[in-house]
Amino acid sequence: MSEGLTRNAARNIFYGGSTIFFLIFAGLTIHTHIYMSTTSTNSEELDEAVIAGKEVWEEHSCINCHTIMGEGAYFGPELSNVWHRYGGRENPEAARAGIKGWMKAQPIEAPGRRQMPQFNLNEQELDHLVDFFKWVDGIDTHDWPPHKSG
Amino acid sequence: MKYETQKVALPFFAVAMALFALQICFGLMAATVYVMPEFLSEAMPFHIMRMSHTNLLLVWLLIGFFGATYYLLPEEAETDLHSPTMAYIQLAIFAGAGAAALIGYQFGIHGGRHYLEQPVYVKILLTISFLMFLYNNTRTVMKGRRTSVSIVLLLGLWLAAIFWMFAFYEPDNLAQDKLWWWWIVHVWVEGVWELIMASILAYLLIKMTGVDREIIEKWLYVIVGLVLFSGLLGTGHHYYWLGTPGYWQPIGNIFSSMEVIPFFAMVMFAFYMFWKGSREHPNKAAMLWTLGCAVVSFFGAGVWGFMHTLSWINYYTHGTQITAAHGHLAFFGAYAMLNMAIITYAMPQIRRIQPYNQIMNMWSFWIMVGGMCFMTFTLTFAGVVQTHMQRVLGEDFMTVQGQLDLFFIMRLGSGSVVALGVILFLIAVFGPAREQLPAHVKGSGGNGSSQ
Repeated sequence: MSEGLTRNAARNIFYGGSTIFFLIFAGLTIHTHIYMSTTSTNSEELDEAVIAGKEVWEEHSCINCHTIMGEGAYFGPELSNVWHRYGGRENPEAARAGIKGWMKAQPIEAPGRRQMPQFNLNEQELDHLVDFFKWVDGIDTHDWPPHKSG
Repeated sequence: MKYETQKVALPFFAVAMALFALQICFGLMAATVYVMPEFLSEAMPFHIMRMSHTNLLLVWLLIGFFGATYYLLPEEAETDLHSPTMAYIQLAIFAGAGAAALIGYQFGIHGGRHYLEQPVYVKILLTISFLMFLYNNTRTVMKGRRTSVSIVLLLGLWLAAIFWMFAFYEPDNLAQDKLWWWWIVHVWVEGVWELIMASILAYLLIKMTGVDREIIEKWLYVIVGLVLFSGLLGTGHHYYWLGTPGYWQPIGNIFSSMEVIPFFAMVMFAFYMFWKGSREHPNKAAMLWTLGCAVVSFFGAGVWGFMHTLSWINYYTHGTQITAAHGHLAFFGAYAMLNMAIITYAMPQIRRIQPYNQIMNMWSFWIMVGGMCFMTFTLTFAGVVQTHMQRVLGEDFMTVQGQLDLFFIMRLGSGSVVALGVILFLIAVFGPAREQLPAHVKGSGGNGSSQ
């Protein structure tokens, strides 16, 4: 610690510097917000069904077992690319049926396997959830995750 | 303790520690599920345990910060607290809202944003309580002496409340939802909460080492400056893979790497003041927690954070057990240990007795820290194996998890050790104070607790 630095000088550097860094941070975040609307996500496909699917996702707090774009709990598999994992990019009908069938089959009572609860979603809720997964799969994440396995 | 109203801190500390104990219970249950997947799978599914575990952590840490503030501000401001009644009401609202959320979770009443699962009415109650707290303490400081410790502490708390407002904003676009979600989560724990941490550490060092306030406060400003200079743009390390522009990768790499510096500065600061100090403070346990907090947060938040912060590493490790390892030791070292430091320091003064049960308290320190470190190591090894198998070789998630059983068993074991440490800490702090006097004094009817 240099003896030349006084407490008041340190304080002024703290306030001035923090303000500048905050302004840069806020500016870049706002730019990113706009970039997400215009470039990296499909804003025009963000319809009622996808929004309803996000609500299903939240109502059952899926994020407290699964990750989505790498964020959440690490108990269950990554779901931002579950649409891709089920082959949705090539065969959307089969992927939709596959994901819905998986949800309906829970809990799989295989001994020693982690249990996913049965959430008793109706057909419409299941479809919305799949619409949400399909939409999320379209986000440009700089090729994350590295593999289809999530 | 110079001011009667500092006693307001006592119920805050007690509630915080009770919730801490409960948090550990939910943590142990969730760790058990990793080892025995059928455990409570019908009665309490894993997601309920986990949100209870994380929400209890946030609520108890905040209540602990409130208690610490009520304890130290009157002494810094050299005046009594503005309104003790308001403080008790504020605690009742905060703890009541937290309890309502926790009970609701058990019946499936919750939101679905990570850490922000509280229903809206709970969020509003927490906000009201937080604002009452800020008003009360700001009034206290305004009528008394203004020190750098109290200014930085209040600034950290005010900013925490301001950034909390983003909890009420939820865009429909998942990418934007996550973008702003980090304005609470990252800006709290890697930004403004560090202001709270640094100022409480500064207070403890002023009191326990006897080093001149001018020097400690200069360090304080340098440290909180480093925190925000690195931490704000350091948010970039969460913006690598969220549908964000590519410029966050260099920004995140550079600034989040620098987030290690303030943590290292806090270690230097704490030990430098400790050696420089002339005072032999009798509360050895509080000094141990203070130094320990600086060290463990440096490793947990600093080193373990740096380990996976660079974008080309994070590309593979993001969202694996590596993150879990870092999260556990960072929160424990920086914020849980900070609370235990101030509680250990303040409780003898609140109870108006000499520092007591110090040996047991120090045992609890080593048992808890040992348990947490071991847990972090096991999760780190699990994360390395997971990263390699799943992210490099591309194997299926469940197949890979099946290979990690041994680590999860050791994590449950280390969690049990942590729980033992917590029990010892609670007994040491809130239990009866053992007399620590020479035998001949006891023999002549001396009373150790009346000093």
